[in-house]
Amino acid sequence: MKVRVPTHLRAYIGSAEVEARGASLDEALADLDRRYAGVRFRIVDEQDDIREHIKIFVNRRQVLTLATPLHPTDTIQIVAALSGG
Amino acid sequence: VAVHLDATRAPLPSTGEVVLLVGTRKGAFFLRSDRTRTDWQLHGPHFLGNIVHHAVLDPRDGRTILVAARTGHLGPTIFRSTDLGETWQEAATPPRFPKAAEGETGRKMQHVFWLAPGHVSEPGVWYAGVAPQGLFRSEDAGVTWEGVAGFNQNANLVNVDMQDVPPGAATFSGIIVDPRDARHMYIGLSGIGVFESTDQGASWLPLNKGCQADWPLEDPDYGYDTHCLRLHPLSPDRLYQQNHCGIYRLDRAEGQWVRIGEAMPRETGDIGFPIVLHPRDPDTAWVFPMDGTSVWPRTNVAGKPAAYVTRNAGETWTRQDNGLPRQQAWWNVKRQGMSVDAHDPIGVYFGTTNGEVWGSRDEGQTWTCLVRDLPEVFSVEAAELA
Repeated sequence: MKVRVPTHLRAYIGSAEVEARGASLDEALADLDRRYAGVRFRIVDEQDDIREHIKIFVNRRQVLTLATPLHPTDTIQIVAALSGG
Repeated sequence: VAVHLDATRAPLPSTGEVVLLVGTRKGAFFLRSDRTRTDWQLHGPHFLGNIVHHAVLDPRDGRTILVAARTGHLGPTIFRSTDLGETWQEAATPPRFPKAAEGETGRKMQHVFWLAPGHVSEPGVWYAGVAPQGLFRSEDAGVTWEGVAGFNQNANLVNVDMQDVPPGAATFSGIIVDPRDARHMYIGLSGIGVFESTDQGASWLPLNKGCQADWPLEDPDYGYDTHCLRLHPLSPDRLYQQNHCGIYRLDRAEGQWVRIGEAMPRETGDIGFPIVLHPRDPDTAWVFPMDGTSVWPRTNVAGKPAAYVTRNAGETWTRQDNGLPRQQAWWNVKRQGMSVDAHDPIGVYFGTTNGEVWGSRDEGQTWTCLVRDLPEVFSVEAAELA
């Protein structure tokens, strides 16, 4: 599936869009972390919760858990939430 | 006060180039000067947009730098350089709490706050204090990190109820390894106090006798708010701390903390965040008082910033404000924001909440602004280049 990457993670991934594999969001992020070491912990905490100011959408719908099932045709979008003044 | 000095450890004054590692709300900056300490060049920002609580150069090799960083969006990590900041790598496994068992609530690290190189006999060993309060150790110069179980699983030290009370979670105020013994450690903790370990962190005992707390304590051994803890390397049985409730000195033979801040001028008080020590004189220390009255505005006192120095272990204090703004300057200095070099005379440095770094080449008698317009300064560490 496609993963759209915010500018905040370009230091890891280097491009705006990459491919990832996995049957769940957890597996897809693990796949990314294998190739782009360290990226997962920047967006998911040690209790496997998506960090407070990171939002993840699958096919334009926000998902709240890493257990979210995925299909190869899905599009994941990682968003750094708007915040601050 | 009697102090036993081990003359064999007394270092000669430094004569080389000095670098100030400055951690700010928006990245890390380095200020470098030659041995004259008159002309400072600003380098950076490194990690622009990252909240950098601490940047520390390893005094054991003079080249390795660790940086504690996070951004508003991204989780906490540690970056490391082995070439004085020319290139950077992220820690392979930065500090993190273990994942909780099913049905239990796990701890979540907010940020890495305090970085401390280990004992000189253990090159590559570093400690990291994180918020909420957790202690981590690296044995490979910051590449991989493991939790110190004796701290992180100690219910007396990581009381979950209080960990989330302060904004940004409860944090550290010092990690110190006794220069005589790698297994002998002290830590300072916001909201809990000072603790000692003689088994390299496997167990901890409170060391707070004589400290005051302006709030009720369920257990008189716990609940003191240490802002900054220092040990004198030439007199390793002497510690100083700037506490929420005053300035204290501890000589281990005496067995309890003495509130040396009582000798500060009454109109200034003895509240503040940082305290730093003269590297060759255990009786000399600097503090930077802040307004601890009314609502605790966390400014300096009366908008008239000043350091205070004691030359006699806290019996008397002298105001040092020559060169600093005379009025209407409302910045403050945070707990990691003050540092000293080892030249003769000592250079004293501090960074401010309004993004200035100030320095003195004459032990605080005159101050010069070294740089303005940086982001809010969280930490300043003076170091000698290899």
